[in-house]
Amino acid sequence: MEDDVKKFLYVNRKAPYGTIYALEALEVVLIGAAFDQDVSLAFLDDGVFQLTKSQDTKEIGVKNFSPTFRALGDYEVTKLYVEKESLDERGLTADDLQEIMWEDEDDDWAEKPSIRIVSRAEMADVFADQDVILSF
Amino acid sequence: MKFGILISEGPYTHQASDTAYHFVKSALEAGHEVPRVFFYHDGVNVGTRLSVPPQDERNIQQQWSALAKDHGVDLVICIAAAQRRGMLDANEAERQGKDADNIAEGFRISGLGQLIEMGIETDRLMTFGD
Amino acid sequence: MATLHTVNKSPFANQSLLSCLAHAKDGDTVLMIEDAVYGAASGTGLADAMAARSGVNLAALGPDLAARGIATERLLAGIKAVDYAGFVELAASHDRAQAWL
Repeated sequence: MEDDVKKFLYVNRKAPYGTIYALEALEVVLIGAAFDQDVSLAFLDDGVFQLTKSQDTKEIGVKNFSPTFRALGDYEVTKLYVEKESLDERGLTADDLQEIMWEDEDDDWAEKPSIRIVSRAEMADVFADQDVILSF
Repeated sequence: MKFGILISEGPYTHQASDTAYHFVKSALEAGHEVPRVFFYHDGVNVGTRLSVPPQDERNIQQQWSALAKDHGVDLVICIAAAQRRGMLDANEAERQGKDADNIAEGFRISGLGQLIEMGIETDRLMTFGD
Repeated sequence: MATLHTVNKSPFANQSLLSCLAHAKDGDTVLMIEDAVYGAASGTGLADAMAARSGVNLAALGPDLAARGIATERLLAGIKAVDYAGFVELAASHDRAQAWL
């Protein structure tokens, strides 16, 4: 079993709405979840803007897909690495991001946060630990 | 070694599909395998059989179709991205009640699962985009 | 367990090359392709940032340099020009590839 499991990382470096990359990346994550691989998501540079609270797209006429991030736990996608330096540079803190939780079935379904704020050096370690890196 | 290729930009506007083409050609010449190329985002537009570039320019679609024919490279266009952008094969055109289809020879339309499968089954995944 | 990083944007247009360099590890290779090869020239405002990452191997795609009129003599010291076959060799000899799109 373990032999068949690869570490997949989805790298998000682009902001939502201005281009479709963020939305179509999320569509890959949702489909990819069915393949039982070891999945992580990385958000750095402008990618951190994908996770902010209070996105309201009504007036631009584009679908607001940000609530979908909160459903990732149901797909067993529970590791969302967010780079602290990228937040800092953009005047954001962890409080500006949506609360994204998952339920740990091995721990009496305890709710745990999916977002892990990491330093740039730690993000580099996450990258270096992967088998397959998909960038959008 | 088996290479999987992801192309995320359309032809002519971006260089991504050209760079990917040269990479794949060189990989095959070096004796590597390229079982599949997956076209996503605007990359799906590479697979239209209706493009008519000027005679003195490369024909990107035909270059890829030739690789499929000569080397058995599986050219997969993402169905979700394709439908957004008006890329339909004959089956899908009928299913959606459209009056035309436009997928070039050697290309086929399939789901995003084919991208994940490519990542699992190849040794190295290369992404070309913008 | 080294990574081949590819960057395809001019570093004078966006931050991809700098972000890549900030995340690359010693022993990794950063390959500049397409418009990123403008970052491979000497005498630019970025030369110091590139030189600062001495543990990272730097390479640029020769066909893209030629297309943009950048002679190999103009490359920053330490940057190796490779052709498409060399690109394939780099992809095969590293453990993973990461595209900085």
